Amino acid sequence: MTKVLVVDDSNSIRDMVSFTLKSAGYQTVEAKDGQDGLSKAKINNFDLVISDVNMPNMDGISLCTELRKLASFKFTPILMLTTESSSEMKIRGKSAGATGWLVKPFNPEKLLATIKRVVK
Amino acid sequence: MSVDLSQFIPSFLEESFEGLALMESGLLDLKRGDNETIHSIFRAAHSIKGGAGTFGFDNVTEFTHLVETLLDEMRDGRREVTSKDTEILLDAVDCMRLLIEAARDNQDYDHDKVAKTSSRLSETLGDEQSTDSENESNSNIEKKDACGYNIKFIPEHSLAKTGNDPIFLFSALAELGELTICANTEELPALMDIDAQELYLSWQLTLITDVEEAEVIEIFEWVEDECLLTLEPITNTSDDEFTQNLSEGVNSIISEPSVQPQLPSKAANQISLASTKVEHEPDAVIEEKSKAAKGKVKADLGSIRVGVDKVDSLINLVGELVITQSMLSELGNDFDMTKVERLTNGLEQLLQNTKELQESVMRIRMLPISFAFNRFPRLVHDLAIKTGKTMELVINGEQTELDKTVMEQIGDPLVHLVRNAADHGIESKEIRLANGKPEKGTISLDAYHQGGNIVIEIKDDGAGINRTSVLDKAIDKGLIDANATLTDSQVYDLLFEPGFSTAAEVTDISGRGVGMDVVKRNIQALGGRIQVESTLGKGSTFKVNLPLTLAILDGQLVKVGTETYIIPLISIVESLQIDNNLINRVSGDMVLYRLRDDNVPVLPIYQLFNLETECTEIDKALLVVVEADGQKVGLMVDDLLAQQQVVIKSLNDNYQQVAGISGATILGDGSVAMILDIPGMINMALEQAQRAQRVKTDGNSSVAAELCL
Repeated sequence: MTKVLVVDDSNSIRDMVSFTLKSAGYQTVEAKDGQDGLSKAKINNFDLVISDVNMPNMDGISLCTELRKLASFKFTPILMLTTESSSEMKIRGKSAGATGWLVKPFNPEKLLATIKRVVK
Repeated sequence: MSVDLSQFIPSFLEESFEGLALMESGLLDLKRGDNETIHSIFRAAHSIKGGAGTFGFDNVTEFTHLVETLLDEMRDGRREVTSKDTEILLDAVDCMRLLIEAARDNQDYDHDKVAKTSSRLSETLGDEQSTDSENESNSNIEKKDACGYNIKFIPEHSLAKTGNDPIFLFSALAELGELTICANTEELPALMDIDAQELYLSWQLTLITDVEEAEVIEIFEWVEDECLLTLEPITNTSDDEFTQNLSEGVNSIISEPSVQPQLPSKAANQISLASTKVEHEPDAVIEEKSKAAKGKVKADLGSIRVGVDKVDSLINLVGELVITQSMLSELGNDFDMTKVERLTNGLEQLLQNTKELQESVMRIRMLPISFAFNRFPRLVHDLAIKTGKTMELVINGEQTELDKTVMEQIGDPLVHLVRNAADHGIESKEIRLANGKPEKGTISLDAYHQGGNIVIEIKDDGAGINRTSVLDKAIDKGLIDANATLTDSQVYDLLFEPGFSTAAEVTDISGRGVGMDVVKRNIQALGGRIQVESTLGKGSTFKVNLPLTLAILDGQLVKVGTETYIIPLISIVESLQIDNNLINRVSGDMVLYRLRDDNVPVLPIYQLFNLETECTEIDKALLVVVEADGQKVGLMVDDLLAQQQVVIKSLNDNYQQVAGISGATILGDGSVAMILDIPGMINMALEQAQRAQRVKTDGNSSVAAELCL
């Protein structure tokens, strides 16, 4: 089963993403910020990470950088949830090793369709 | 695949309001160069914007975008944090709240205010156009009759390192139409030289589809910086061209067989289904949402967020209760006298469990008073600007817990008291300096527990209450007699008379004289009381005493005849044995009791409620002195029983309202006891006295009237 780590400081967004993925048959683990996400990533393997960018404690970009340092996350797709589709944001994400980005707002259908580009 | 988003809206709303509160308090604390605070304000705005977009509150998204942009400039240091900007942002927070509330209640909002703030924000931003549309214009679509595309995809060797895998891209492409894939292996080095982490292949793809170019490019969105991508529309799909395209990859290994299995037609079907659904979804979702939002209004008001620890402790206690219960019922199966000790132990256990359970359940309704206090920093900030005075707010004891219902109802009275303190209490800068006080006035809010009550103090270090001007005003308004002599506290009580206002000028902050009487009424309705202390030139303190909860009351059980009554402990001043020498019969039934400096009218409860009792002689009875509305009376009772917490049952729900009774409770022995409504009883006594006067016209009417003033 495809296992996804969902990192977002907003309960509602996290719940929404997680619920959508679960109802499509994915297994999910939720984390409330980058720090939390990183510690969960260290004890679990994931097939995909979906993370917000702006979060307290550790933001999504730093999380991405940190994850890429872990051997088990070297090739894992990491998608950033962002509100802006500016190219600056994308470059920052890319240089941290992010696979792609999902621009908020997105609906559940779009979410499921887009992650197909990186996982089964 | 459709997901009902409306289920996440309540939690989004809750989060948003928390975010707004955080923004507000952050903005109020904001000092230049305080990066951490700006970051957290930005994050809150950012989350609200993202959520609002996802859940379809587009006007919130649009408005918040401006706020976010401004905050972003501050965060990056591109903009100095000025007090003007902070003011605009505070207004913007109000607007966001307005918009979100309107979205929640599905109601209209103050368009003017939002538009005004929005244009102020844009002005501040210098009307910069966002660069968001840049992407759309780049990929400008000139698709006409293309029925497919030839795609050349040459990824950089490091593509896999960002977690991208071409195979998923191809399967996504395959869902758009019929895909043929040729891999080019030219770049593949000798086996010895291969770095397993690098990608050496490139691909020539042919996609037969009727989707637009943008949609195809979108699939490569995440890799476009890491590959060479060319897209040529195929205008007519002659088979020749198709085969020609295929044959272009002369040197390539046809990897079709290996890729094809990745493209199950089932998945393709699913997606095409999903994509048709997308078209219709938004309307449906929004409709449902508004319905849900409507229903939610009520639900929101009635919900409490409870910490998991509190729930856990409850479950734990219920578990213990169940154990005790099964222990007791086992004991009852074949009970004999040898087991009495075990029974008493069991019952004691039960008592303990019940008590703890009660406390835990009560704790669920308790919230820290910061919920009521957190709006005051903003209020005082705004008041300072409006009045041109400098003042600060000091809050203490915001973690003091209070029943949710009480909290909801105490908010408005507190606002009024704080406004009063700012408007009437604190003097202008010049006057303060002239009086040798610090330029900055201080209003402090303190909350603490005292016995079974919570005390909230609203203190200011302002001018204090001017006794003479209060008296003059009261005489002027005909509230008191010109030559009445009143104690300080009686004078202060005049402030709570309807239609009383001492401000020389009526301002729009306070001073219309509607309010203080309402404040007092609201506090009394909660079973609380308000006291005023003031020193001229030093400041005033308004002390609000409230019961911790409305569901349970600390009561004094008293016996009158065969009945047991409960007097709320909060209203009892003292209980005493009657000293015959201090009794003063003024007229007929009226009895005054000399209590130090006061003459306290005595109300025999048995007379009030028409009860039979042997104890009709005042000198044999006990006197419970209670206070309500600043009026003390002595309730004559046969005996004092225990003090205990009683659960209040509404008489209204179970029977009907009865004068002099505020509710009922069930005592340990199963009997029902009435809870006395002290202000109501005083009114009753007043009416009875007046009726008595009318009967006995020769009675000393003036005395009786004064007694019950």
